[in-house]
Amino acid sequence: MVEEISNRELSDIVQLVRTRYGYDFTDYAPASLKRRFVRFIGHVRLNSVRELLTRLENDPVFFRRMTQFITVNVTEMFRDPPFYRDMRELVLPRLASYPIIKIWHAGCATGEEVFSMVILLQEAGLLERCRIYATDLNAANLEKAGQAIIPLRYMKEYTQNYILAGGLQDFSNYYTARYDHAIISPALRKNIIFFQHNLVTDQVFNEFHLVCCRNVFIYFNRRLQDRVIGLFRESLAPLGYLALGLKESMMFTEERRHFEEVSDSSKIYRRKL
Amino acid sequence: MQVLPSIGMVAIGGSAGSLPVLVQLLNSLHQPLKWPVVIILHRLKNVQSELHNLLSAKIPITEPVDKEPVESRVYLAPQNYHLLIEEDRTFSLDYSEPLHFSRPSIDVSFFSAAAIYRRHALGILLSGANKDGAAGIQRIISHGGTGIVQQPDTALFSNMPQAALDLSPQVQAMTIDGITGYLNQLR
Repeated sequence: MVEEISNRELSDIVQLVRTRYGYDFTDYAPASLKRRFVRFIGHVRLNSVRELLTRLENDPVFFRRMTQFITVNVTEMFRDPPFYRDMRELVLPRLASYPIIKIWHAGCATGEEVFSMVILLQEAGLLERCRIYATDLNAANLEKAGQAIIPLRYMKEYTQNYILAGGLQDFSNYYTARYDHAIISPALRKNIIFFQHNLVTDQVFNEFHLVCCRNVFIYFNRRLQDRVIGLFRESLAPLGYLALGLKESMMFTEERRHFEEVSDSSKIYRRKL
Repeated sequence: MQVLPSIGMVAIGGSAGSLPVLVQLLNSLHQPLKWPVVIILHRLKNVQSELHNLLSAKIPITEPVDKEPVESRVYLAPQNYHLLIEEDRTFSLDYSEPLHFSRPSIDVSFFSAAAIYRRHALGILLSGANKDGAAGIQRIISHGGTGIVQQPDTALFSNMPQAALDLSPQVQAMTIDGITGYLNQLR
């Protein structure tokens, strides 16, 4: 059993993955990346990092399986209800002034946060005017997001989150229950485009009024965080909004001078003019 | 006489029944602290942080944000994240799946403290009804660090400290007064 991975072993894995498959984990935060690799090695019942390297060298299917496993795809609808409350009260009224509202969800995983956002937009009467670009590194996530099928057992918690976020409608109006699954209503999803984008290697692709990138940064080291916030700054219209995860602060990045704080508790920022 | 370890981090894990003893423990620590204290409590999701419940403690407690430098003060692991430590002595957060149905998980933070602080890590496990933290204490000890548990018969829920004792015979069981007395001697 592998309990820990040394820096040397981590760099061996990262380098192999980069040269063999073109995925660059170099500037990921080492503590959680090591933890993910340790868990993956346990998950596939290998005995050493050497065995992992051998498999990776020779087996692209195995590599895809590993990427799927180590990139964290945990997500929820209306996670952090106060964030959605702030979105509703502080951000959406400002976005309402644009004829077309462009929103980017970066690192959208299987789409739950995007579905939460379109519900907010629908309730604010803005959805028809919105174009929502939802991207993730992981193709399997995007395929799942496109299906918008969520196990029904989660819906009770999501409904509670929705109510805590200030939602006033009957949450079950937003999905259709089929056996043990819920399907998010297609009418809500018609202005969402899901596609693959890698924050580490890909570039600016449009101009946005709001960029949401919550709980993605925590997996990056500071250098990569700086670079990606720079990418978001270039992707934002002047006075455009940037939303990070509740524990992701601008405090430690060089880019903070380009942003003003809209809500400290919800980590919502606004690009300066 | 026992040789006292030199300490780089004190990590405290607690679950059911740990809050009152944790407050008692924090209130008895000599100020200023000589090392960072990181508290990992099992907490309810999406419920306002119980930080204010701890405010009866005289010591300021903060929830670290990602990449915040680790200093000699008291930190509480934010709810709904695992809390890790990087080699450059900054905090790092992780939103991957819960461990032992818990996020934050005590094991995750204890593993991280063991890897970074090695023999300068001190793990303390208080009252709790599951076995999160037992493997973490074992890891801290196997890296040369120190493991302490609240004496099970003094804990409201004894499972958690008992699980650590069962797993690692080197773990020291102490009363809360014993733990604070011990901590206050450490440098």
